[in-house]
Amino acid sequence: MRKRDGLIEGAAAPSLQLRVEAEEAPVQVRGVWAGYDSHVALEDVSFSLEKGSLVGLVGPNGSGKSTLLKVLLGLHRPWRGSVRVFGEDPAAGRRRVGYAPQSELVDWSFPVTVEDVVAMGRIGRLPGRTAVRTTFWRRSDSEDRRIVGRSLERVRLDALAKRPIGELSGGEQRRMLIARALAREPEIVLLDEPMAGLDAASQHDVLGLFEELRDEGKTIFVSTHDLSCVAGCFNLALLLNRRVVAYGPPSEVFTHDNLNATYEAHLMFLPFEGAVYARHHGHE
Amino acid sequence: MNDLWHFLREPFQFAFMQRALLATLMVSVVSACIGTFVVLKGLAFIGDALAHASFAGVAVAFVMGGNIYLGAMVAALVTALAIALVGGRARVSFDTAIGILFVGAFALGILIVSRQANYTVDLFSFVFGNVLGVGWNDLLLIAVMGLVVLTVVALFYRQLLFTAYDPTMAAASGVPVGIVQYGLLAMLGISTVVALKAVGIVLVVAMLVTPAATASLLVRRVHYIMALGAVIGAVCSVIGLYVSYYAEVASGAAIVLTATVLFLLAFLFSPRRGLLAAIRTPVPGG
Repeated sequence: MRKRDGLIEGAAAPSLQLRVEAEEAPVQVRGVWAGYDSHVALEDVSFSLEKGSLVGLVGPNGSGKSTLLKVLLGLHRPWRGSVRVFGEDPAAGRRRVGYAPQSELVDWSFPVTVEDVVAMGRIGRLPGRTAVRTTFWRRSDSEDRRIVGRSLERVRLDALAKRPIGELSGGEQRRMLIARALAREPEIVLLDEPMAGLDAASQHDVLGLFEELRDEGKTIFVSTHDLSCVAGCFNLALLLNRRVVAYGPPSEVFTHDNLNATYEAHLMFLPFEGAVYARHHGHE
Repeated sequence: MNDLWHFLREPFQFAFMQRALLATLMVSVVSACIGTFVVLKGLAFIGDALAHASFAGVAVAFVMGGNIYLGAMVAALVTALAIALVGGRARVSFDTAIGILFVGAFALGILIVSRQANYTVDLFSFVFGNVLGVGWNDLLLIAVMGLVVLTVVALFYRQLLFTAYDPTMAAASGVPVGIVQYGLLAMLGISTVVALKAVGIVLVVAMLVTPAATASLLVRRVHYIMALGAVIGAVCSVIGLYVSYYAEVASGAAIVLTATVLFLLAFLFSPRRGLLAAIRTPVPGG
């Protein structure tokens, strides 16, 4: 629905060519197999992500969520299958992609400030604007600084711009990583468990930001363990357990059978007023 | 007052002491710059390895009558490349690969030198350093190589910083992480050779690591660590040269020990990161 809204809004004088491009899904994955050595992480994964959608990537640990994000970023080469990002190879398309890794994978003792890290998001955004354009003395130009400032405002970290990253709380850490992804001015945002360990207030803020970005026509793809968040706020859910178990609106795909196939029957699911609660069998 | 002035002035009336001072100051700046990355990425062992491996090049150049610095640099760069190629590829851990390669290269150097009848003094000044014997040609070479390192770091500072901080994200942003890492190792190789003449193969790693590590306890942004590391290195050089002159001890060892003492002081008394501060107020989460 939102896709169409965006199209009409942005269609001041669209040529036919532009229109066709706009309708092509920004991310298209066809029959992807990927893994490490002899370990299979993804089996025959196919799906596409539409413009202006907020999609939850749901699955247990080891289900291939992080591998899938790496494949989309061109950091991990699939064994078979094709991945197109804006019709290009991921390594080329990723300049229009913002990515935030799991915060456990980040070195929080590194001597940099919040602003320094968010400014890293500006690197390599446009082809040909790399290497020697910035130096030790000219680490960013005024446009970069403006966009870094705005990204920090969007996650409400502008007051902490000069803070060493080692002094951030868990919620602030995750918001900083999102700000770095936004500093690329991406059309696609990939986030690896951005909501893990957030308190209710921060989670509410972050979800609000996702909806805002979606309404601007960006594509947001979020891996998460929080099923009720996905059920409550996301347009689509992709259930992954090495293969795609189901892909569609949460209200349709969050069925007992699908969730058991995703989590291999380790959990019991309690749908409740549009939210889903998962609970271990045998506990309580 | 006059006595103090005389005490401070006397050593540097000699041309060889002036050259030594100039050499150690330049080495301090270059070492702190690369040493900051060495400290942040835990590359101290690689720095040590490159210094030792350069001895093979020194030996070959010595036997063939070539420029000893050039030989050292070629050997250091080849070893840096070999470490980068072997590490992670073969079923050998990175540490093991480094250990095998650098001892092998060092042994090759000893083997070549042992065939020579008159190897003594000249070569051993490379092992233990002899900053008091630095000539104008050496100074020029240090200056040129140092300038190359500083220029490369200044031009590619953001890429180096990003890759050091988060290589995965850097790669996802289109930074050529492999090239940047090779480049950093190459710059490390050159810096090692630059510092050789001042403190010798055995002590080079201290010039790279100690001032930057001391600075990292006191300030908390990468370029501040570089700047403060350079100042600390320079201060240690001056103090070390005085100690060396008046106590008649080896200059390289005096410089390195001064740096060690400053590091220990910072380790104990740093206002935020020091041991004493940590004991007084346990910081949650470090």
